[in-house]
Amino acid sequence: MTVMVSKPSPMGWVNQLAMTARTAILQNRPLRQLLSLVLFFGIWQILSSINFHFIINFQFLPSPLEVFRATIKFMTGNPWIHFWSSIQRVLWGYAIASMAGVLLGVLVGWFEVVEDLTMPPLEILRPIPAVAWIPLAILMFPNAETGMVYITFLGAFFPILISTIKGVESTLGDTVLIRVGQCLGANPWHIFKDIVIPGSMPSIASGLTIGMGNAWFCLVTAEILAGRYGIGYITWESYVTSNYPPIVMGMLLIGLMGAFSSWAVDRAARALMPWRVIKKQS
Amino acid sequence: MVTMQQIEQERRTTLKGSVQVEGLSVVYRRKQYENGVLDSIQLAIQPGEFVCLLGPSGCGKSTLLNVIAGFIKPSSGYVLVDQTPITRPGADRGFVFQQYSLLPWKTTFQNVEMGLRIQGVSKAERTERVNDYLNRVGLYKHRNSYPHQLSGGMQQRASIIRALVNSPSVLLMDEPFAALDAQTRHMMQELLLSIWDDLKTTVIFVTHDIEEAIFLGDRICTMGVHPGRIKSEIPVHLPRPRHFDDTLSQDFIDLHRRVFDCIREETMKSMEAC
Repeated sequence: MTVMVSKPSPMGWVNQLAMTARTAILQNRPLRQLLSLVLFFGIWQILSSINFHFIINFQFLPSPLEVFRATIKFMTGNPWIHFWSSIQRVLWGYAIASMAGVLLGVLVGWFEVVEDLTMPPLEILRPIPAVAWIPLAILMFPNAETGMVYITFLGAFFPILISTIKGVESTLGDTVLIRVGQCLGANPWHIFKDIVIPGSMPSIASGLTIGMGNAWFCLVTAEILAGRYGIGYITWESYVTSNYPPIVMGMLLIGLMGAFSSWAVDRAARALMPWRVIKKQS
Repeated sequence: MVTMQQIEQERRTTLKGSVQVEGLSVVYRRKQYENGVLDSIQLAIQPGEFVCLLGPSGCGKSTLLNVIAGFIKPSSGYVLVDQTPITRPGADRGFVFQQYSLLPWKTTFQNVEMGLRIQGVSKAERTERVNDYLNRVGLYKHRNSYPHQLSGGMQQRASIIRALVNSPSVLLMDEPFAALDAQTRHMMQELLLSIWDDLKTTVIFVTHDIEEAIFLGDRICTMGVHPGRIKSEIPVHLPRPRHFDDTLSQDFIDLHRRVFDCIREETMKSMEAC
């Protein structure tokens, strides 16, 4: 009878470390998410430094380091007035869009008359890109500020409206849920309040999340109208003056704020719907 | 001298929960042809009776239940519940669906409470009654759970008491245990009978399971296909309270054979039609 003893090979601890690192990365979600960012900026930096040029040309693109330097310069100046101007515009546009979108969406989903009386013109307006509204926004509103809020409103309004309508319609289409209410003696108001509204909440919430992102999406367009302040304004202004690193900085800042606020909306929506279960492949 | 039957008869005529189905037909009109789903159904159910509608799929047993619930309008004929014609769904007819049908955004308690809240019952009375029913079916400790946290059997127990807590005249059940595993199904059948023994609500129970129909029912109405109609009515004289062991008794097996023969022909017909 022999006893097998595995001798520690010289490379054993390296393998061990690699294994540990692999399990740590595979099982730790924040780490995985961080890894995606590191890879994104890392690959970008590499492509920039080797002057990658195959279909996509990285030769003239600012590298992450240049963008980083531009960001430091911007942050050490007076950035808050820009941030605050943009945030205000986005939040106003978004707040109005949420109220109008959810309210109208619920009415359109519930009443056929409202649908017929409102949706045909809205469907025509919906595909018009925000940038096409710029001239009219100047003509329609008393000042640039209101025009900018209007442009961000447009970005948020349609996804919220459509998601709300679809949510209400799909809940109304769920025969069993509606029948449950009916045989408990529910009148239309009860069905609306206890079944249709909560039933369409997941869809409304995804509309609100998409709408939040879209409001930021429209910020650069909106701030074409701006005179001095705003992250979108800086981005547009740097383009006009061919100063490229701040453009990318502005893009990334908008992306960052958009992603953060969408995340915040998503979190808030989840907190309001503890009854939802989301199971994904790990 | 007053006999037990007379007392029973007396009790039943004063209680609510009588159902009368008169010459009921349901025809679905499609473009070119008419599809008769139910053809002149005639059915009278006593207050407190447990009636099982048994038949192969496509015989219209669920359609008949939906008409009684008021979900579907008949093409001709009518349904009376406690002498009142049915025109639309109402709280006097509780319904238990085959699918899990608790509202996902309400807790067990809130789901069961909903009917009472709609009727405007006071908060204190609601809490007392709902808790009483939750206790009866062993769900009290799950009263604050959401439906997705409950097993299928728990969800159906909650659905049953959600209907019963409103004291309906009739409880309509559409294959409520069909989605459950065999063990849970037997437990649910016994539980349903024990609640029914207490409340004596009229029950109309749709099933395609012969054993289930015999175990639960006072009477089995077997249904036939093309068009859907009631083919025969078989009384079940097995003593109550019934337990699972009774399904092994000779009486049960004889009855099983009889019902089986009765619906076999119709099952063949419905299979040929497929």
